[in-house]
Amino acid sequence: MRAPSLPRPVLCRPRLAALLLAALLAPSLPAEADTVVPGAAHAFDYRLQPRRITDGVYVLIGRTEDFDTRNGGNIVNTGFLVGSSGVVVIDSGPSRRYGEQLRAAIAAVTPLPVVLTLNTHAHPDHFLGNQAFPAGTLAALPATRDAIAREGEDLSANLYRLAGDWMRGTEARPPGRSLAPGRLHAGGRELELIALDGHTGADLLVLDRASGTLFAGDLVFHDRAPTTPHADLDHWLAALERIATLDGVRQVVPGHGEVASGTGLQTPLRQTQAWLRWLQQRLDTSAAQGLETNEVLALPLAAEFATIAEAATEYRRSVLRLYPQTEHKALQQHGAR
Amino acid sequence: MLSITPLTAHATQPSSGPTTPATSTATSPENPNTADPLNSPRWDELRRAWLGDAPAEFDSRVQVQAPAMAEDALNVPVRVDASRLRGQRVEEILILADFNPIVRALSYSPGSAEPVLGFRLKLQQSSPVRAAVRTADGRWHVGGTWVATTGGGCTLPSTGSASPEWQRQLNHTEVRAWPRVDGGQRLKLRIVHPMDTGLADGIPAFHLEEISLLGKEAPTGAALAVLRPYEPVAENPVFTLDLPAGVVASGVSGRDNNGNRLTAELRP
Ligand SMILES: [Zn+2]
Repeated sequence: MRAPSLPRPVLCRPRLAALLLAALLAPSLPAEADTVVPGAAHAFDYRLQPRRITDGVYVLIGRTEDFDTRNGGNIVNTGFLVGSSGVVVIDSGPSRRYGEQLRAAIAAVTPLPVVLTLNTHAHPDHFLGNQAFPAGTLAALPATRDAIAREGEDLSANLYRLAGDWMRGTEARPPGRSLAPGRLHAGGRELELIALDGHTGADLLVLDRASGTLFAGDLVFHDRAPTTPHADLDHWLAALERIATLDGVRQVVPGHGEVASGTGLQTPLRQTQAWLRWLQQRLDTSAAQGLETNEVLALPLAAEFATIAEAATEYRRSVLRLYPQTEHKALQQHGAR
Repeated sequence: MLSITPLTAHATQPSSGPTTPATSTATSPENPNTADPLNSPRWDELRRAWLGDAPAEFDSRVQVQAPAMAEDALNVPVRVDASRLRGQRVEEILILADFNPIVRALSYSPGSAEPVLGFRLKLQQSSPVRAAVRTADGRWHVGGTWVATTGGGCTLPSTGSASPEWQRQLNHTEVRAWPRVDGGQRLKLRIVHPMDTGLADGIPAFHLEEISLLGKEAPTGAALAVLRPYEPVAENPVFTLDLPAGVVASGVSGRDNNGNRLTAELRP
């Protein structure tokens, strides 16, 4: 049955991947035009400043915000390792422009060629800069390659909507090369690749042996609430247990938020763990009590998360995405036929 | 049975925390107001089409909760609470979404149940979501809230219509009761149904049409409450209902617009 008296909207439902991306990154409020950094948005300059955190190890720390037209998607951490013969890039950023500016920033540090460009997982802020790097250097876990090939176009199309012209010219470029967990020598650096899952279906961690730097991807967030559009909370918590047992880690680069080292080394891991456990407990308890989704949304956040960026937003998104399954399980426990 | 925390606490005292969903506001019931607090250009047209000539006013006692931002337009949770219309018998709760291609989402006749309802809605785009509550005196009391969405939940096939799974499971109904601290009960029921809107090419409208909540004592024909879902209710609907103390449900029965029947008993 159609509704003849009312106009058909022109908007069609985006495909599933786009919906999931929206859940990941959609800003809760439109950007304020008057808060644009003068000149920055006009020139689409991310002002990337690689920070050397130890010998040959550089990071670019994004803002702990949502994707919007002000930040152009620079809400993610990327990094690179300079070896004796080449450069290894870990995540390429949210857009072609970001990738190009990252490549220029690397060239300002070293004349050595990029020999390997890794995507830690199939979220668009981590792989949409791939176009800026030689196709032969692009590599990821097999499931990540598949997910980018399958959903990448939808994801980039959706980012155009969220970040506008920052995205111009951006296309998803799935890595051609598969990675396996274990030791890998690249550019003269010795890497340990660790394959886990839980934030998405395939999450790659990179441990640089010489410096003890762990690039943890989005399995670890720091002072920023974890995003859950493709999450499996049980798997994610198991992955965090595993990360806690890794040897030789002297600093941690989370997917989002500041680098941790020294006495604060464990902080991002513990924060992520605390958030996920609390979220899971909240969902389970609410479902066991028979609460409706809006009643769960109205419950307060735990006080310990007061200083975590985007906590309220990610709580809402996570409840909206995860509560229906938890609710259904509770219904089945005492259900009739 | 579980012993549980008060289910009514959130309905009567919405938290002021940072995650509180948007709640309707309107003018005082003593001073009936016909100006739309949500400022929707469609309201006058909707009122004429769905409420007819009956008197209608915006009434803050009709609370509509939904997330102010819902990224998944196919599953927007909506909760309506008209229990503050004390002393007035609620005949019908009508859910309307101004900018949906099919405006009417659901009609609920609470009967012996509380005038409280939770369910999930498909939204085609950002829109006011309204609850128009008809009391026994014939007046409509209207509450609502804006839901922003990245959109497009009405013009795509359900995932069910693309899967052979639902055909075996069609109308499979699960129902569970929880005791409430006020002596009443909370009920949830979930029904496997694609709830196709008819707006996706080549897929006809196929949706649940009527679901009756059956009383302990009542034989057929005497329902405690009746739900009439329309196309915009989300796939595999979940309904949350509340019963006052002394009203005991035994199960549900119903049908979809193709005449397929559903039935489920409530286990004690
Ligand atoms: Zn991610």
